Amino acid sequence: MFQKQPATRTGATITYLEAIRAAQQKLLSDDPRVFIYGQDIADFGGAFKATKGLAKEFPGRVLDSPISEDAQVGMAIGAAIEGMRPIIEMQFADFSTCGFTQIVQHAATHKWRTGVPCPIVIRLPSGGTAGAGPFHSQSMEALYAHYPGIIVMTPATVEDAYTMLLEAVEIDDPVIFCEHKYLYYHLKADGLPDTAVPAGKARVARPGRDATIATYSAMVHESLACAAELASEGWEIEVIDLRTVKPLDTDTILASVSRTGRLLAVGEAFPWGGVTAEIIARVATEGFDLLDAPPMRLNAKDTPVPYHPNLWGTHRPTATSIMAAMRKLLGA
Amino acid sequence: MLQARTGMSTQPKANEEKERYLGVYRWMLLARVLEEKLAILYRGGKITGGVFLGRGQEALSAAIGSALRKGDIFAPLIRDMAGRLAFGEDITDAARTYLGSRLGPMRGRDGNIHRGEPAKGYYAMISHLGAMVASVAGGLFARRLKGEAGVVGATCVGDGATSTGSFHEGLNMAAVEKLPLVVIVANNQYAYSTSNARQYACEDLVQRAAGYGVPGYKIDGTDPSACIETVFEAVARARAGEGPQMIVADLLRLVGHGEHDDFHYMSHALKVSPIGRDCLDVAREQLTSAGWATTAQLDTLRDQAAAEVENACSTALREPLPDPNQEDWCALHTRRLAEGAET
Repeated sequence: MFQKQPATRTGATITYLEAIRAAQQKLLSDDPRVFIYGQDIADFGGAFKATKGLAKEFPGRVLDSPISEDAQVGMAIGAAIEGMRPIIEMQFADFSTCGFTQIVQHAATHKWRTGVPCPIVIRLPSGGTAGAGPFHSQSMEALYAHYPGIIVMTPATVEDAYTMLLEAVEIDDPVIFCEHKYLYYHLKADGLPDTAVPAGKARVARPGRDATIATYSAMVHESLACAAELASEGWEIEVIDLRTVKPLDTDTILASVSRTGRLLAVGEAFPWGGVTAEIIARVATEGFDLLDAPPMRLNAKDTPVPYHPNLWGTHRPTATSIMAAMRKLLGA
Repeated sequence: MLQARTGMSTQPKANEEKERYLGVYRWMLLARVLEEKLAILYRGGKITGGVFLGRGQEALSAAIGSALRKGDIFAPLIRDMAGRLAFGEDITDAARTYLGSRLGPMRGRDGNIHRGEPAKGYYAMISHLGAMVASVAGGLFARRLKGEAGVVGATCVGDGATSTGSFHEGLNMAAVEKLPLVVIVANNQYAYSTSNARQYACEDLVQRAAGYGVPGYKIDGTDPSACIETVFEAVARARAGEGPQMIVADLLRLVGHGEHDDFHYMSHALKVSPIGRDCLDVAREQLTSAGWATTAQLDTLRDQAAAEVENACSTALREPLPDPNQEDWCALHTRRLAEGAET
């Protein structure tokens, strides 16, 4: 585990994006093994400014890469073998497909094949924002979670964005860090935490007794909005924030379903297979007797992510569509 | 060439060249004899999976393995038995990986040419061609960050791998970072069955070096003397801080892609052309012509290699095989995060 530190900027507000920058600043400051490699991240500070000012503060350790996602990851693998702790920034999660081979074939297999761990962190600015369109909006967590040898983190809060990134760099395995672009500026906290729930443990974001929503990343907030709305009608919906989708904290989900008897799994990714399907499969196989109703899942539509806000707002799950699914699940 | 060059050299220089050549030759020979044995074991059903031989490429491979030194980084490809051994791989580990011994470095989890010991700078290739270029560059980048000077990294590819995006991205990135990387291109004229006419359209692959802004060297890969001279020079330049170096060696694969392949597609004209020469025959000729070894001495070296190979293979054959009940089936180093694993 990383060294705990007192909360910083207490009293001020800090965004999800600023938390990611603060975590990287701390990592560069505390750990000489850390460097960051990505496109436009040095003097420019990154497409989203997640590395703003860090190249100047840490000369030679925050570097612009060519537009070569395969080489970015391949380079990180070699550096990790030699004992470094590289962080790779993909400019958008969508572009990580260009580095897919190095991630899933090389990094993910390395420890098992050779006995030498491959501790790299790949930051994926993930998920949809209005107007971003098919190639700047994707949620890739299921693709990477499918492969053995990879940890997949999907922080939903400012606090988790900070502490989980610190923990990701300490983990001796490849970590895919799915940071949600919609949350970058929308989500604020009063300060950064000095304690954290460890990776692999889910969090009950809102307790309830009538139904469980198991979700992650930006969909936690859509689900919480749905739960708040249904609370005005007397329904108590429990919302589980998975935090990491691999490993998946099946125990926390089953414990929740044992209390509520009803399950809705929500994800922003495409519908075929994926995290929500995995959740349903596990609860159906390991907790079938806990269910009072068939479990449900809600994902984006089975098309590329649309550009126009009118289409995009319907393509992905929202508090409104989650509510419609929840009413069906509750028979309400 | 060899005669002329040694004739001009001073005596200590000539001795150094002779010892270097004989050193490379021993690795060429050991690799050849080991691979001949592995082919026999494969045909006898003792090896599961593929056997991929470097026959015809030993001079080039042994030269790079010999030019590197302890503390350097090496990522060989499938036809680099000679380079692997020269870089320091235990011959018994090579035999173990082919024969499935669980005492080998891959413990039955991976086989044949997908082996290495990354903690010793000997990286384990993946099958996705060109992927190791960026990883060796990354290893070198790490060494630079750690303040280690004088380290060289090398990787080997074939003509086919030069068509991959990974090769391009990796070499371009290494050039941007001016890393001490030597890329060896063994242009053996075929990528599996695909001839160069269907692989690239430039006149010569070495032209591409200019596009990356790195020095390019073109050599006859069947000529051990040329391989040694050029490879050692490129490694020295990389070590001296001159950035990536790219060597293209023309030669011919004297076997199929793997031992399952009869290479019926290979052009007869190429087989009887100068690049169809066997580099071991050329070495024997060069060594005896230079007066650096007698045929009797070379025969003795072969007998020594055969004994070493017999010992390695018989050792590996006696060793235990992987046991699924003892395998821990955990792909993560961080066991507490492994799904389903006991912590």
